[in-house]
Amino acid sequence: MADNGNAVELRGVVKRFDDFVALRRADLDVPEGSFVTFLGPSGCGKTTTLRMIAGLLDPSEGDILVKGRRINDVPIHRRNLGLVFQNYALFPHKSIFDNVAFGLKYRRVSRSEVTRRVREALALVRLPDVEERLPIQLSGGQQQRIALARAIVFEPDVLLLDEPLSALDANLREEMRIELKRIQRELGIATIFVTHDQSEALAMSDKVVVMNHGVIEQEGTPEAVYNEPATAFVADFLGHSNILPARVRGREGDYYRVALEDTGMEILTAAGNAGPLETGAPVRLVLRAERLRLGDGHEHRDGDTLLNARVDTVDYQGQLARYFLSVAGMQLQAINAIDRRPFAEGATVQVRVRGDDCVILHGHGD
Amino acid sequence: MKDTGLGWSTIRLATIVVCLFMFAPVAVVMLLSFNSSQFGSFPMEGLSLRWFVELWHNDAIVRAFQTSLVLGALTSMISTTIGVLASMAMVRYDFPGKRLVSTALVAPILVPEVVLAVALLLFLQFLSVPKSFPLLLAGHVIFTLPFVVLVVQARLVGIRREYEDAARSLGANPLQTFREVTLPLMLPAVLAGMLFSFTISFDDITGTLFWKPGGVETVPTQIFAMLRNSISPEINALGTVMVLITVALPLTGAALARRLAARMRGR
Ligand SMILES: Nc1ncnc2c1ncn2[C@@H]1O[C@H](COP(=O)(O)OP(=O)(O)OP(=O)(O)O)[C@@H](O)[C@H]1O
Ligand SMILES: [Mg+2]
Repeated sequence: MADNGNAVELRGVVKRFDDFVALRRADLDVPEGSFVTFLGPSGCGKTTTLRMIAGLLDPSEGDILVKGRRINDVPIHRRNLGLVFQNYALFPHKSIFDNVAFGLKYRRVSRSEVTRRVREALALVRLPDVEERLPIQLSGGQQQRIALARAIVFEPDVLLLDEPLSALDANLREEMRIELKRIQRELGIATIFVTHDQSEALAMSDKVVVMNHGVIEQEGTPEAVYNEPATAFVADFLGHSNILPARVRGREGDYYRVALEDTGMEILTAAGNAGPLETGAPVRLVLRAERLRLGDGHEHRDGDTLLNARVDTVDYQGQLARYFLSVAGMQLQAINAIDRRPFAEGATVQVRVRGDDCVILHGHGD
Repeated sequence: MKDTGLGWSTIRLATIVVCLFMFAPVAVVMLLSFNSSQFGSFPMEGLSLRWFVELWHNDAIVRAFQTSLVLGALTSMISTTIGVLASMAMVRYDFPGKRLVSTALVAPILVPEVVLAVALLLFLQFLSVPKSFPLLLAGHVIFTLPFVVLVVQARLVGIRREYEDAARSLGANPLQTFREVTLPLMLPAVLAGMLFSFTISFDDITGTLFWKPGGVETVPTQIFAMLRNSISPEINALGTVMVLITVALPLTGAALARRLAARMRGR
């Protein structure tokens, strides 16, 4: 197969454990040099997919390609992939130097070259002075850097990371996230990163692959999956969304007018990527919580819908507040920046829904 | 409070009595081995190493010692090798009939030694194979194997698979992974298994009596044979040597293993 600029490709990959399907027919491209994140809740099949690419699990069906070459039958030790585990898995009986040098040992590299490359890798992860130490003598964050150095020192085709930051505390995690991204950019190595932390995924990725129950729900840039969720799951999983069943009333220029099923209330929503919809077609309206503007008298603009709401509960978070509202008996949530002080519970507010912020999903779902 | 106080002193007393009962005879034997008189009785007449010297000049005993050492060393090597491989298979791989094999591996511990000894003997007779040193060795391997398997398996279960996964992802083939990662990580257990199987073999008498070919004696069977004629103070000396070997060896080994494990954890 010709080189088409993809470091990794999955073609109809299925993984079954007995009758349990852990991954359902996945097709995926990981472009050369890109940072791709598998994002999804626990048990959705992220690790399973990563382990199949790594060669630690065999796919039940389908092909896995690395640099255009089918590697289903290539044993793990000949795949030339860098793997980093959640718990680092540094060899406890070997010094840091020997840990990092491990991968070079099986690659016909001269002794002086080994020393040079190990030092280079240690410098890259900014831990040049720990060669002689044992893994136990390093902190968790340092161990994670060494694990990374060990995985990149032999210039693998792809870097595979399974929740590498989740064992670190919050501050260190943020620092490592930036560090990891810097190293990945510097090396220009295609990277697959597994996480269930959406802020990690959105901050680091060129492409986010959102998974649920063994299905790839959506893949795209962080902005695309966040702003244009393709499924209710994605809308719900990333940030906070209101997902409301509705019916199409008709088209008005660039907007559809839809009526909410619960209340009959009508809202204008951007036709955008929704595609053609018949009048009467069942749809779901996705309203992002942070796109609902609360106020006392918004000026009206084209495509806006104004709703009168009552504040039920306020979840105060410092610079933000999350409001639980009722609008004619229907529950909505909104997240707004706080202007001096939040709206009080029990207050009546006006909610502005901008048609351009709404996303329409076909059908009522299941 | 008074009641519990009484309870505790009873327990303490019982413990002391039991310990005395267990260790006093051993202590007596060891003491008497340094007695200069021909007749083993108290009070001792004087200290001497005479019986140890006599041991050294007794050909039968020296030969028995050599046999026991060779047998123990071979048993421990073979048993440990098989035990390590079997443990790897049990813990790291899946195959049909795994549970059955797993039970069969440790069964020799559960079966009374006499039964095992007779069974093996009958089996050999059925095959009309004459008794020989290799068969004696095989017998010892069979019933030291469970100890090795139990110790090594317990350790292997505690070694996370990620170390091996990491090694393989870095380019080590399965054999290199075993040599570079798995084996060093389970080394303390492997050493313990080696020592166990050596001491058990060195100490064994029941099975050995059944399986040994004519004319071959190990230290325990030699003592047994000597006891049938007379109780010579030489036996006390021999007993002392046996105690030293079977106690000192595991202790040294344990200390060594602990040091190794500590070094791995970085002190
Ligand atoms: N060896 C196995 N045998 C049977 N089922 C398995 C096996 N490995 C994984 N599974 C199942 O496959 C599903 C996906 O597991 P996987 O480890 O890929 O989840 P994950 O997305 O990585 O979750 P997490 O975020 O918790 O790590 C889970 O429901 C899990 O129970
Ligand atoms: Mg996982």
